[in-house]
Order: sequence, then structure tokens, then C-alpha cells
Amino acid sequence: MSNAQIEIQLIASLVAIACAIPGTFLVLRKMAMISDAISHAILPGIVIGFIFIHGSFSFIDDFVVLSKFKQFLIHNGLESPFIILLASFTGVITVVLVEYIQKTGLVKEDTAIGLVFPALFSIGVILIAKNANDVHLDVDAVLLGELAFAPFDRLIVDGTDIGPKALWIIGGILVITVGLLIAFFKELKLSTFDKGLAASLGFSPVIIHYGLMTVSSVTTVGAFDAVGAILVVALMIAPAASAYLLTTDLKKMLLLSIVFGVFSAISGYWLARWLDASISGSITTMLGLLFLVVYLFAPSKGVIAVLYREKQQRTEVSLLTFLLHLKNHDEERERHVNHLNEHINWQKVRSKTVLDLALKNNMIVIDNNIVSLTAKGDKFTTQAIDYIITNEDAQIEDMKDDFFLFRG
Amino acid sequence: MDIQEYFSLVFSDYTLRTITLGTAILGAVTGMLGSFAVLRKQSLLGDAISHAALPGIAIAFLITGSKDSNTLLLGALVSGLIGTFWIRGIITKTHLKSDTALGLILSLFFGFGMLLLTFIQKQPNANQAGLDKYLFGQAATLVESDVWMMAIVTGICLFVLLLFWKEFKILLFDKDYAKTLGFNTKAIDILITSFIVLAIVLGLQTVGVVLMSAMLLAPAAAARQWTNSLGTMVFLAAIFGAFSGVFGTAISASQNNLSTGPVIVLVASFFVLISFIFSPSRGLLFKKIRFIKNRRDLELHKTLAFMYHIAETHDNISHPHEIKILNNFHGFTRATLNKLVGKNYVTLQGTTWCLTKEGFESAANLYNQLNRNDE
Repeated sequence: MSNAQIEIQLIASLVAIACAIPGTFLVLRKMAMISDAISHAILPGIVIGFIFIHGSFSFIDDFVVLSKFKQFLIHNGLESPFIILLASFTGVITVVLVEYIQKTGLVKEDTAIGLVFPALFSIGVILIAKNANDVHLDVDAVLLGELAFAPFDRLIVDGTDIGPKALWIIGGILVITVGLLIAFFKELKLSTFDKGLAASLGFSPVIIHYGLMTVSSVTTVGAFDAVGAILVVALMIAPAASAYLLTTDLKKMLLLSIVFGVFSAISGYWLARWLDASISGSITTMLGLLFLVVYLFAPSKGVIAVLYREKQQRTEVSLLTFLLHLKNHDEERERHVNHLNEHINWQKVRSKTVLDLALKNNMIVIDNNIVSLTAKGDKFTTQAIDYIITNEDAQIEDMKDDFFLFRG
Repeated sequence: MDIQEYFSLVFSDYTLRTITLGTAILGAVTGMLGSFAVLRKQSLLGDAISHAALPGIAIAFLITGSKDSNTLLLGALVSGLIGTFWIRGIITKTHLKSDTALGLILSLFFGFGMLLLTFIQKQPNANQAGLDKYLFGQAATLVESDVWMMAIVTGICLFVLLLFWKEFKILLFDKDYAKTLGFNTKAIDILITSFIVLAIVLGLQTVGVVLMSAMLLAPAAAARQWTNSLGTMVFLAAIFGAFSGVFGTAISASQNNLSTGPVIVLVASFFVLISFIFSPSRGLLFKKIRFIKNRRDLELHKTLAFMYHIAETHDNISHPHEIKILNNFHGFTRATLNKLVGKNYVTLQGTTWCLTKEGFESAANLYNQLNRNDE
């Protein structure tokens, strides 16, 4: 591996970590789409800051050079803390605007997000177009980052080369984020899971909320040049969502999402080299594959596990219905094997599954094609009825552990 | 070219006419279907789907190798639908919430699409240039066949909408009731979602992925402020959408360096802003006015009640009292007093006031809710 390759992977990994930390909290606070809004809405902030410092974009005179717009921005603009701050500020303004519209109650919550950021983004695009003389502008230059160029952009202090600028920017942001995370971990945790308690204990939910929003904005701006606006969203949400399917412990979730992020960053880099395609696209694709695998195969919350559990519960509910039917009827006609599906209105296969399950669990005996409850089946049913009439259906689930040898 | 020139040219110039018609039709159909998206709390679905359509475009191009816009739109449609149903799968089957599901599908599909696009660009096929216009939208590339396509789709949408109007309506407002009535809610749900996806995919070429969500939302959000009836809302949203398209095109054509998509979105956002502020029943302005008016009424009542309690202690209810004993704390201002005089509840004599019989009675009934006239 060459030096540049190592640097690219290092930058990608740092971006992944810096995004995963606020991302975890955004996912837990059901605010994931805010990251999408921020990542688009910072555009006018960047453009205004840029115009403020440099006057205009008149130096750009060709559409093809537009990918250089971003490079120029990084060379002359983004390094300036002023622009980073202004852009992050725009991100926070977005959140404030969204919340203001939500508060008026004129539209539903998510509509507010969807109204604000396209408008801000449009303003940004128009500002660029108006200030870049006669440039045919495509937005992709601003939306898509190109990590491959990052190592060529060195930070030189006193004539010595101390590494790529992007590395320093994102490294700095990461240090601040981690510092804040450690310092305010318990406040964040509490306000995420129990806002009311946090407020009553004296932690201002507003400060924590806007603190988190500010960190997300700064991270988005910092990651903007490395992975592009939309792919920041992927790095924020996907690792956190995958981790959330695997654990319910906040610390483990943070750790897992960092691991997922770094894994996708590095494997994505090699995928991009192999396919000769965009690095940020490959990283997102790896994130997507990772999420797909977790989504399908997560032990208790994955789709397969959920479908299996649903099927199991359906059979067990049927079993309970069946046992209740048996308990209610003494007459043999109602308990004859061949007529069972008529009486309970089930299909043949289902009746057979239920009957087999009941037999396996020693709940019933079949004598001369007449089904009757065993002592154990009777006890189970009686207890279940008790729970049902006292409205404690949830208890039945625990009871099943005591009675069932085999699950449905 | 200024705006006037634009309107004189719009009927004669082919390009302008095509673009204007295209954006107007697009605005109308997205406004129409957007109303359903907004009311179903699926506002951000548009954002997610428009991004999710990208890999479909790339794959359609990879398979067919042609840039025929109908083929690419078909790819976009399929990929958008897959995205939509995956979002639904995530929400129903796992404990992840809808915002996470939307963000996931949006970013993951888009990233995968970018991977494919950059992959295609490296292929030795000169045909690939211009694929990215679907990404960011260029109204200028609209041709007459595209407009026809939009018009046909809009026609079909309108037809289906009218045909299944009551089903859509009942699903929208009371899903459980629809189910108990025996409607196949799943099928209706899929139908309306598919149409929303279709409208989004149609708009990609014109306004691009990022701004498509605003096209879907803004007209509907604006229309929502003016009415409580679904039919009126859908109609209004279509009108707002169409006008956003026309005005946006006009403004962007009248200036240099203004891309059409962003201008259309800003015009639509302007409609939203106006509606938020000036809508008579829900608007912020009238809400504020009503609020102030209510507060004034309350102060009036407070003054009257205070007067009543004083007058109560006298045998003659019209016994005069000094104005000085009233103060701000009792909701008293010169204006409230004059208003009370105007209502004939109070008469003024020099520096004293006295309650009339009418005033006394309405004050006695103030909190009984019996007297509705004293508002």
C-alpha cells in the first residue's frame, strides 16, 4: 500500500467514526432524517461564506472544472474556520426552522423537514449559479465528494508537510465529538431515553438537543468534502441502524456502529479500487450490504427471526384456541379428529400442525379418534383462561415456558 | 429576456412551450398525488424514492445500453418501488422507526447508484454521457414526447383517482373502518403508493432527485392550509403545483444562469409561506389576530366582572363609582371602558361610571355561557 492509499483509508475511517457517534443518537431520537436535511441545507452557508471571503466564483469558467469547485473550496474556502462555522450555523438554523414550522402545527412533523431543506438547497444552487459567470452548473459537484483527491491536498506548516488537510479537519472534529461524548455521556443517554426525567433532574433538554444538532452539523460540514453531502447521511444512519438491530445497550451500540462504519470505509475503499468506481459510492454500497445482512439475519430482531417468531406465535395461539374448544365441549361429536377443522374453521394442514404440537406437548390424548385434554392440558388451559379474563394476556407468554416441551 | 417577453414567446417558441407545459403538468400531477403523501404522513417518502430511483436508471442503462428515457424511467420506477417496499418492510418487521428506514434507503440506494454511475462512466461506451441529468434534473432537456408521456400518466392518475376516490379517501382517514367495510386496504395502499412513485420518477428528469421531494410536498402543504376538504385540497394542490411550474420556468427563462428546478422549488416554497401566513382559518396572521382579539375580549370581561362585583354590593346597581378605582390589573384601559359604553353596559358621568341594568345582567351571566351576545 502506498502512502496515499493509507491516508485515504485513514480519512475514510475517521469520517466513519465521526459520523457514527452523532448518528447513533439521531437514530435513537427518531431524528435520522434531520441529518439528510442538514447535509443539504449547509450548501447556502458554504456558498455565502465563500462569496463573503472571495467575492465571487468568477474563476470557474468551465463546467468540467466544477469538480475543481469543491477542490477550490477546500483549498481556499473550507480550510477557513469561518466557512465551517457559517455552514454549521446554517445546519443549526435548518433545525430551528424545522422545529418552528412543526410548532405552528400547520403541517405534520416530517413535512416541515421536507419543506425546509429543498428551499435552502435551492437558494444555495441559485447563489452558485448567479455568482459563477456563465457556468453551466451541475449540482453533483457539490453533492458528491471525491475522497481520491484528498491526499493531494496537504497541510503545510512552516514548510513541513504534516499530512492531508482533510485528515486534520476531520481528526479535529472527531476529537471534539469524542470529548463531548465522554463529558456528556450520561446527560445524552438520559435525555435520549427519558426526556421528562432528564428535564426534571435539571439537565436542559434544549441545550443537549441543540448541542447534538451542532455536533451533527459540524460533522456533516467536515465530512462534506470527503464523502459528499448525501453519503454523510449513509454513514450516520446505516451503521447505527445496523447496530440497533443487534443490541439494545447504548455503549455496545456506539461501539458496534463505529466498527461497522470503519469496516465499510476500508472494505468500500478496496471495492472502489477493484471496480474503478467512486469511493464514497462503494463505501455506501458496503454499508448497504452490511445492513442487508443484519436486517435479514440479526438474531432476535432480524426479518427471518421475526417471521419465524410470528409463525410460532400464530401456531401457539391456534393451539390455545383449540385447547379452549376442547375444554368447552364434552360432547364427542365436537371433539372428533375428522371434524375438528370444521368446528374451528381451520384448514387441514393447520389443524394437523396444531394437533401434532398439542400431542408432542402432552396436552391431549387421542383415543378412538376422539380428542381429550390430559391433566396437564387442562391445567394449562385453566390458567390461560384465568389470565385472559383478568386481562393479563401477556402472562401467557411466560407460562408457555413452563408448559411447553416443544414450541410451535 | 424579461418576463413579458417570455409570455409573448411561450406560445410560439417550441422549447419554451415544451418546458412550460412539462413543468406545469408535472407540478399538477405531483401536487395531486402529493396531497395523499402529505396526509398519509409520508412526506419524506418522496425524498427517499427519488434517491432510490438512481440505481434503477443505472441498471436499466447497463442492461439495455440505450438512453431511451422510457426505458430508464422504467428502471427508476422498479427501483423506486423496491425502495418503497423495503422501507415498509423495515418499519413493519423491525423496531427501526420510519425516519431511520427512510434515511437508510435514501442514502444506501443513492450511494449504490453513484457506484454504478461512476462504474458506467469508466466503461468504453460513449453513449453514457448525460445520464446524470436524471440526477439533478434539466428542464431544458424536455422534449415533446416527454411532455406527452407526462400528460398520459397524469390522465391515468386522474382517472384512477376519480375511479377509486372514495376508497382512497376512506383509507386516508380511517384505515380500520375501510378494512371492516371489506375494502382490500393493502391493494388500495399499493395502488396509491405506486402512483406516488410514478409521479416522482416522472419528475426526476425535470427537477432532479434532491428537489423532487419539495415538488411533492410544497403544493400539498400549501393547499392544506386553505381547506379541510380532500377534494378541494387535491384540486388546489394541483393548481399550486402547475403555477409553481409555470412561474418557475418563466423566472428562470427570464434570467441568465438560473436553473429551472431550484427556481420552481423556491416558487412553490413561496406559495407555502404565503399560505402559512395568510390562510384565513389556519394562517399564522389570522391566528395571531384572533389571539389578540380573544385577549381583548377577556380583558373586557374582566373589567365588567369587576364592576359587577362592586355594583353587587350596592342596592342601586347604577350607583356611580370613580373611574380611578379601576386599574390595569382589572383589565382596564380607556379603550375597554369606551367599548363597554358602546355596548351600552356602562354609562359615564364625568369621572364616574355606573353600570346599566343591561350591563349588570350580562355581567351576572358572564360565566354561565348563557349570554352569547357579549363577545
